[in-house]
Amino acid sequence: MTTVDRLVGAGVERIDGPAKVRGTAPYAYEQDPGEPICSVAVVQSTVNRGRITRLDPTAAEAMPGVLAVLTPANAPRLGEGLASDLPVLQSLDVHYQGQIVAAVVAESSEIAKAAVGAVAVEYAAHEPDVVLSTDRPDLYAPPQLMAGYETDSVIGDVEGALAAAAVTVDATYETPTQHNNPIEMHTSMARWDGDRLTLWDANQGPHNIVNDLMTAFGLERGQVRVISPYVGGAFGSKAFTHPNQILAAMAAKVVGRTVVFELTRQQMFCLVGHRTPTIQRVRLGADAEGRLTAISHEVVEHTSRISEFAEQTATPTRVLYAAPHRRTTHRLARLDVPPPTIMRAPGETPGMFALESAMDELAHSLGIDPVELRVRNEPERDPERDVPWSSRNLVACLRTGAERFGWAGRDLRPGVREDGRWLVGTGVAAATYPARRRKAECRITGHGDGRWTVEIDGSDIGTGAWTALTQISADALGVGLGAVELRIGDSDLPFAGGAGGSTGLASWGSAIVLTAREVRRQLDERYGGQLPADGIVVKGEVPGPSPHAEQYSMHAFGAHFVEVRVDRDTGEVRLPRASSVYAAGTIVNARTARSQFLGGFSMGVSMALHEGTIADERLGHYVNHDLAEYHVATNADIGDIDIHWLDEDDPYVNELGIKGIGEIGITGAAAAVANAYWHATGLRVRDLPITPDKYFRALGQG
Amino acid sequence: MDTQITLRVDGADHPLTVDTRTTLLDALRERLRITSPKKGCDHGQCGACTVLLDGRRVNSCLVLAVTVDDAEVITSDGLAAGGEHPLHRAFLDNDAFQCGYCTPGQVCSAAGVLAEARAGWPSTVTDDLTADEVDLTDDEIRDRMSGNLCRCAAYAHIVLAVAAVAEAEGVRR
Repeated sequence: MTTVDRLVGAGVERIDGPAKVRGTAPYAYEQDPGEPICSVAVVQSTVNRGRITRLDPTAAEAMPGVLAVLTPANAPRLGEGLASDLPVLQSLDVHYQGQIVAAVVAESSEIAKAAVGAVAVEYAAHEPDVVLSTDRPDLYAPPQLMAGYETDSVIGDVEGALAAAAVTVDATYETPTQHNNPIEMHTSMARWDGDRLTLWDANQGPHNIVNDLMTAFGLERGQVRVISPYVGGAFGSKAFTHPNQILAAMAAKVVGRTVVFELTRQQMFCLVGHRTPTIQRVRLGADAEGRLTAISHEVVEHTSRISEFAEQTATPTRVLYAAPHRRTTHRLARLDVPPPTIMRAPGETPGMFALESAMDELAHSLGIDPVELRVRNEPERDPERDVPWSSRNLVACLRTGAERFGWAGRDLRPGVREDGRWLVGTGVAAATYPARRRKAECRITGHGDGRWTVEIDGSDIGTGAWTALTQISADALGVGLGAVELRIGDSDLPFAGGAGGSTGLASWGSAIVLTAREVRRQLDERYGGQLPADGIVVKGEVPGPSPHAEQYSMHAFGAHFVEVRVDRDTGEVRLPRASSVYAAGTIVNARTARSQFLGGFSMGVSMALHEGTIADERLGHYVNHDLAEYHVATNADIGDIDIHWLDEDDPYVNELGIKGIGEIGITGAAAAVANAYWHATGLRVRDLPITPDKYFRALGQG
Repeated sequence: MDTQITLRVDGADHPLTVDTRTTLLDALRERLRITSPKKGCDHGQCGACTVLLDGRRVNSCLVLAVTVDDAEVITSDGLAAGGEHPLHRAFLDNDAFQCGYCTPGQVCSAAGVLAEARAGWPSTVTDDLTADEVDLTDDEIRDRMSGNLCRCAAYAHIVLAVAAVAEAEGVRR
């Protein structure tokens, strides 16, 4: 098809853009249910583990405008089989602080919030156990990790190789609990019409949410519809069902009205997941020329008592560098914390901070340029699976990035560059993320007048999917952008997995391409290549992973180069400039892709310097549970960011050669910043975030 | 306690009854269903609810509705009343957003920044606090726009968008 190159690759302006800049694109709260909306507000547990001994809703129930107070005593019973914290108000047991123990439904949000304060609750509670450490006796190996990865991998004799190595690194890195914090708070608006439920909801994949609602309320597929055309950021926290969707539907059923449950920012720190903290010991052994002989990456992280979430933290270490002897392990502690969940590049994000920091430490021990060290350890094949790469251009990313950044001639010595009161340094780190494809279905309708409707339950959480999928559709059908009407974000549309794992365009785009191919075949065979006057409807699908996924190792790669300035008197860290280069297969939309890479990298800077949720060890709660105290990067924290990508044609990953770009930008970014910080100051901070207090702590240890 | 007020929003009068605890943001979103201003924290920490109140940018979640009975509220949607606003065009040109949820607040904040620069207001990064004119350099824009969080982190593109309009309006050299 000669039209394929026409729109895919072009920097088409967001088709949802005009509505978004004006603020007229309807997010979940803003949808019109067709009747007045009542509000839900919740009472949350003030203890981490225990049991409710008294719960008195009578004062709240008596307040004017209160429609119902739901408690474990009167809440409708939910269906069996709900996991984690989804059985909302089904028991008097408390499993984490912030758990919903009662809910008020009222005519207005003010009344609901006021009534929450009138619900009296008492508990019998255990001391909270929220501190992760490597010497806990209850650490255990989960049966497998997120996304089906093996818990451990062992190849060769790591201990022997480390003992025999010319140079070794043995360091422990820590990343804190982090919270996704999309700016749109999780919101669910529910309406029942008889036994049919409609939920306008902020999520990353309506089909994911429908399954849990069916279980909770004993519904058939056709009885639930989840509508989510516009989503105000997600970063993983909106991937799976959380208590809010279940409670909204329950409350609407009880009062027989449309209700909305909009979480507060504070509630998002316990009710919609977080990234587990990690403690990671990395040991590297190398010969005198810097060729790795051994890599060991041992991870300790947490999960909750009611869910097993095993973040795949050391998995990037299984693919990044060659070494004959290697080991990765993951151990979990079950703590009195809310259920963790995925957050942008789960696994790769904390794992790459540790591995890429350790590589920087090794380069220093060897006296080798850290770019060269990485190039010397480039594996010809996947070093653990022992299969070829579908495509791998890490070295080209490193070389190109070094050139764009002006890396050549860099002084290897740390702590020797000053500019006034600023200590100046530069750092590098690699980036990587797997390329996957998932099952997705699609329906394409050709209308007699030449217009096309493309339907698939994909999601646009800010990625640009509205635009990119329209481009893919237009090319696949051989028509212009204006001839395609895309419909996404609705569980009544053909099945698709959610926006996650950087699989969206790879999966949904492939389903569209395959379905469009079938459209053209049918047109050619039955209608002489012309669209019939009464139109045509064709369903298609992509069945799942690429048929080449077993024979090839499929990953995107990249490299970050950053300059960091540290105030010698205050420890303040600034990031004036950075260059990132990616090799991530086909780039569908040059404009929105740039924003994806930029946003991922900037979130990595935020992780490096600002983000961390602090649990009170004695009282068990998250202390800094709002945006004033959980710091994320602001505009002034981000300098000049150069984003570049290499042309890469991968024939194996999927129909379009897409590797996915939503997550790779954050991977390695924190390590690049930490490495530059060390280069500036001579101080190695191995526990994120690198806040000013740690400058003085490191100086004191100095 | 309920009170009768009239809110003037984007040029239209809206008589309504509000609880005296109702914020301007909730009056707009919950009562009038004017949802261009967004709620991201309800505590003045994120800036998503930024509107122009008598021409100045404010976090509408920190304003009680009963206090602005006689004021003029302009939302990002209202900025487009006379056709596409230059800031809207610049945000689109520079892809200065991803999910779009913080964007109406960013746009209103940017409109406020431009007005403040025209009025010669300094910021914390302004070298000469006595100067009559402000030059909206990249650092000035970064500083002045830092009350509006963008978790998608489109910041570098937001700077480009605001700079483009500042240049066209003569407050950036």
